[in-house]
Amino acid sequence: MFSIGVFGFLARRNLLIIFISIELMLNSVNISLVAFSHYLQSMRGQILVFFVITVAAAEAAIGLAILIAYYKNNPTIKVDEINILKG
Amino acid sequence: MLKYTLIPLLPFISFLVNILFGRNYIKDKAHWIAVPAVAGSFLLAVSAFFDVLGGNNVNINIYSWIVSGNFNVSVGFLIDQLSAIMLIVVTSISTLIFIYSIGYMHGDGGYYRFFAYLSLFVFSMLMLVMGNNFLVMYFGWEAVGLCSYFLIGFWFHKKSAGDAGKKAFIVNRFGDFGFGLGVILIYLTFGSLEYMQVFDKAGSIAGQTINLLGYDVSLVTLICLLLFCGAVGKSAQIPLHVWLPDAMEGPTPVSALIHAATMVTAGVFMVARCNPLFSMSHTAMNTVAIVGGVTAIFAATIALVQNDIKRVIAYSTVSQLGYMFLALGVGAYSAGIFHLYTHAYFKALLFLGSGSVIHALHHAGHHDEQNMQKMGGLKKYMPITYKVFILATLSITGIPFFSGFFSKDEILWRAYQGGDLGKFLWLLAALAALLTAFYSWRLIFLTFHGTFRGTHEQEHHIHESPPVITVPLMCLAFGAVFAGYVGIPPIFLEHGDRIGEFLAPVLGHPEGHGSHAEEIFVILVSIVVAVMGWLIAYKMYIRNTELPQKMETRFPGIHRVLFNKYYIDELYSKTIVQPVLKASDKIILGFDTYIIEGIVNGVPELIGAFSRKFREVQTGMLSNYALVMAIGAVCIVGIWIFLK
Repeated sequence: MFSIGVFGFLARRNLLIIFISIELMLNSVNISLVAFSHYLQSMRGQILVFFVITVAAAEAAIGLAILIAYYKNNPTIKVDEINILKG
Repeated sequence: MLKYTLIPLLPFISFLVNILFGRNYIKDKAHWIAVPAVAGSFLLAVSAFFDVLGGNNVNINIYSWIVSGNFNVSVGFLIDQLSAIMLIVVTSISTLIFIYSIGYMHGDGGYYRFFAYLSLFVFSMLMLVMGNNFLVMYFGWEAVGLCSYFLIGFWFHKKSAGDAGKKAFIVNRFGDFGFGLGVILIYLTFGSLEYMQVFDKAGSIAGQTINLLGYDVSLVTLICLLLFCGAVGKSAQIPLHVWLPDAMEGPTPVSALIHAATMVTAGVFMVARCNPLFSMSHTAMNTVAIVGGVTAIFAATIALVQNDIKRVIAYSTVSQLGYMFLALGVGAYSAGIFHLYTHAYFKALLFLGSGSVIHALHHAGHHDEQNMQKMGGLKKYMPITYKVFILATLSITGIPFFSGFFSKDEILWRAYQGGDLGKFLWLLAALAALLTAFYSWRLIFLTFHGTFRGTHEQEHHIHESPPVITVPLMCLAFGAVFAGYVGIPPIFLEHGDRIGEFLAPVLGHPEGHGSHAEEIFVILVSIVVAVMGWLIAYKMYIRNTELPQKMETRFPGIHRVLFNKYYIDELYSKTIVQPVLKASDKIILGFDTYIIEGIVNGVPELIGAFSRKFREVQTGMLSNYALVMAIGAVCIVGIWIFLK
């Protein structure tokens, strides 16, 4: 699941898909954290999961906000065409 | 002890106060600080003089200046007969000139600056004179040079003044280089810089030689010649005399104080101070005497035809300094110092008198106020200036019973006793005395006699200078007439040569024998030449005023050479100044463009080139960033696992 996320992150050109890939990676980490926490009989992993979920939510909100702001100026969400930061 | 410290300290305080607060607070009240300070040090100097007269010589260290291993130098004072006389000369003339400057510099924009520099000069000169070791003297030596530079270029908006200041400074550097080497050599030889220790050990190095470029040179001769190098520069002797006439660009009080009465005599003082060393080296003594004698006559010939009133007096100064060195060179140290002392008064008087003339003409709207050809007939407008001028001229030309007569005659007499070389130098000096009389009277006749050669309008506005100028003139005139009475030759008055006897503990008794008849002959010759000089000048400039013109057309070559000062300036310009300038142009072109600019411009260009390359990394492509991030993460994890 993490690998699918990485692949999507690297290969796809649609910004929304890239976001979803990032979420995918985060959630794969969450699942493995919960699994290990259960296996090791420790609550630490599960606490960390809550933090990750929180951060992911915030990140998604900010990311989408940027995306919308950008889309209003340049009607595209293809990363190939987004290069205004080129040095 | 505090008394001696205060002598130089008072002018220094005046300098500090004036330079720090002058521009905003003191402004044209600067003399209220400077004059009391220098007058105070004059009074202290007089008291120090009486201490010495009472047999109380002082040699104290005030403060450890440099302590480094075996090398110890203190700031210390040595007040003996020699420095006591110098103290009196320096402080008394400074006081009068400070007062004179109140009138002369009135209304100048840099009034406070002028007094600050003058005070600094007095401080430096006093340090030079009072120091008890060579390093303090060297400090004073350089500091007076610096002040001289400031003051020559005082009117720095005039290009010629700025150039003259630079010239003085650079020419002096040549001499000071030698002086510096001399001081170093003294330290290496004696292991100390204090006068007393050096002179005590002086006998031990007689006959020692030093290998210099394959030749064996007597050590003491080398030391003396190096020291004398400095004296040549500071006292404007051949071949480094070129700066002094140009130094007349400075304000007249500066010319009087620095370039006539005090600073230029530093060389004479130094040689006299080092007399135990000089006396040991025949070669050095002869060099001093010959340089002095040649300079005396050389400068006098130039002075014959100059038209700038201050330049005539400047060349006269060079010539008189030549006399002093001549005296030192024949071993008559006290005669040299005696002439220094009388010369200070009458030469300062001549300069201040010419300053008074210039001041009057300037206020009358004269545009060429220093050109004697444009003056004339000032006698009836400026009676006081005229009278003091006459007194100073009588003194400088050596008319009997004026102070210049006693000191000049002493020198001529001592030179006459000095063997064949001495006789030859005596001849030179007597000839120079004739020329001196001629050009001094020429100056008077051109300036004060005849009819005014400016416009009628200007003539109407000429009037005598205010009392603040004339009173110092009168005081100096008193000195110019009577200063010589401390050194009446024994032939006239038993024990008349009081100054010689006073200085004897430091400078020794001059050797030499001669009969009374010879002495009277020498005196008669000097009187005859003085009167002859006056007669010739009278004939040429009063009786038959076309005569100078005729002479000029008759001997155009000689006149041109003299008028252009033997083309020495041109010679130096061609052989030294221009090549150096050209070479430095080349060096600047190469060094500056390729090395300095290479470094300065190269560093930012290198950074720029790197950043241009690295900029391409920022593609702006999110996917590229993402890829790099992923690779980075993999690498970090890889390294972490690998290191485990």
